[in-house]
Amino acid sequence: MINKDLVIIGGGPAGLSAAKLAAESGLSSLIVERDFKLGGQLVKQTHMFFGSEKQYAKTRGIDIAKILVDDVLKYPEMVEVMTDTTVVGLYEDKVITLLHNDEYIKVQSKAIIIATGASEKVLAFPNNDLPGIYGAGAVQTLMNVNGVLPGNDVVMVGSGNIGLIVSYQLIQAGVNVKCVIEASSSIGGYKVHASKLKRLGVDILTSHSVKRANGTEALESIVISKLDNNWDYIEGTEKTIEVDSLCISVGLSPLSSLLSMIGVDMKYVSSLGGLVPYIDSHHETSVKDVYVAGDVCGVEEASSAIVEGYLTGLIVASSLGFKHENYDELYRDFKAQLENLRSGPFGEKTREGLQEIARDHDVK
Amino acid sequence: MRITEHPILTFEQKAKLQFVFDGNKVYGYEGDTIASALHAMGVKKLSHSIHLKRPRGFYCAIGNCASCNMIVDEKPNVRTCVTLLKEGMVVKTQLNKGELYD
Ligand SMILES: Cc1cc2nc3c(=O)[nH]c(=O)nc-3n(C[C@H](O)[C@H](O)[C@H](O)COP(=O)(O)OP(=O)(O)OC[C@H]3O[C@@H](n4cnc5c(N)ncnc54)[C@H](O)[C@@H]3O)c2cc1C
Ligand code: FES
Repeated sequence: MINKDLVIIGGGPAGLSAAKLAAESGLSSLIVERDFKLGGQLVKQTHMFFGSEKQYAKTRGIDIAKILVDDVLKYPEMVEVMTDTTVVGLYEDKVITLLHNDEYIKVQSKAIIIATGASEKVLAFPNNDLPGIYGAGAVQTLMNVNGVLPGNDVVMVGSGNIGLIVSYQLIQAGVNVKCVIEASSSIGGYKVHASKLKRLGVDILTSHSVKRANGTEALESIVISKLDNNWDYIEGTEKTIEVDSLCISVGLSPLSSLLSMIGVDMKYVSSLGGLVPYIDSHHETSVKDVYVAGDVCGVEEASSAIVEGYLTGLIVASSLGFKHENYDELYRDFKAQLENLRSGPFGEKTREGLQEIARDHDVK
Repeated sequence: MRITEHPILTFEQKAKLQFVFDGNKVYGYEGDTIASALHAMGVKKLSHSIHLKRPRGFYCAIGNCASCNMIVDEKPNVRTCVTLLKEGMVVKTQLNKGELYD
């Protein structure tokens, strides 16, 4: 059994930021990441981010990933990193089972920060399992990290920011985007992203969904249909589109299964993406010394995942006796940044969702 | 199909890696995952559903959905979307749940 003060599960923006603030406070940590590289979802995001300067707005996601990774590599004595390592078990006494190179490794930690992010949702329709039907984020990885195209002709399902951004990136990579379809009667994402696509001649069909996919070994075509106000298919409006790829971008759901393993109090909150833990204002779950940060406790954005990571790293370090010299100032600053990120109409759903999982009438 | 021109990214030509896919000698490049190397060759079917044996392909790319599980160097259930390609790997399409190996 290996002993650690702090284990951080997930090396995305939230986990990396938590490690940085813990190190700055004087607390060592171990980051465990199942991919072969750090950075989480950011490693494939070639677009410039929104938000304020503090969370690297106007910087491309791939470059933000580099900044965050470099930040923790500055503390080689404080931050240990294990990539290609999956956390497969978690126990209430804070013993963690890691799977690395076909070996199970047991680690006992004083505190744990779970920052496992989220996974893309699937959509139910006949033949939705055919090869050629992908999560939009997966296609982004294939194109922007590996330089491989998913196919020649694609339809995107979902007009949220991710659907719109990935559609644009598909075009940049040379793929023919036939259309974007959206079940709701209005476009979900920001207008700037939608306008970019429309200028390139891509139709965004609202009140439309996929009725079925066709193909034997791989996707060959899809049937789309108009929806009425109850999101039921309208008979007679079906249209077949020949495509070899279909991207599904209908939201993300928190990867919270590790939390369920140790009996953390959880709640299904649809505005946060699915099953999420109850947390207090310190991001601590109902199990003492088990903390969460980032998309795993409510799907938001990289900007909020970064600040939540900083905040949680700061708090956990202090709770283990390593109080940052500027603790109060930083604490106030991180809280204010989060409040700011969640202000305005786009943050309303998140604000409501967070109220539902607050353990102490105090929003995270 | 590989991206050759891109307005933001550059994909420099990396070292070629030879591997075996279902008995055939094929190539990928350094930095590829097994799944991306196969995709670049036009191979979309990576595994099968356990009961109905329906074809399955790449879906999540984060090692979460098991849709890309293949047999790699005799080891079944390898998540090929998060496993880097290595020279000389022997990759096979998986038809069942996978059998115990030594
Ligand atoms: C296509 C797309 C476009 C986006 N565009 C923007 C944007 O423009 N602006 C913005 O602010 N946000 C954007 N986001 C959202 C942003 O990427 C996420 O909110 C952010 O990455 C969440 O950070 P995280 O650290 O919580 O999770 P992640 O980035 O998902 O990182 C979690 C990490 O945990 C690892 N992990 C999971 N389970 C385990 C386990 N059991 N063991 C070990 N490791 C594990 C994963 O491999 C992953 O690396 C976008 C997302 C997508 C998919
Ligand atoms: S594509 Fe989902 S695990 Fe590999």
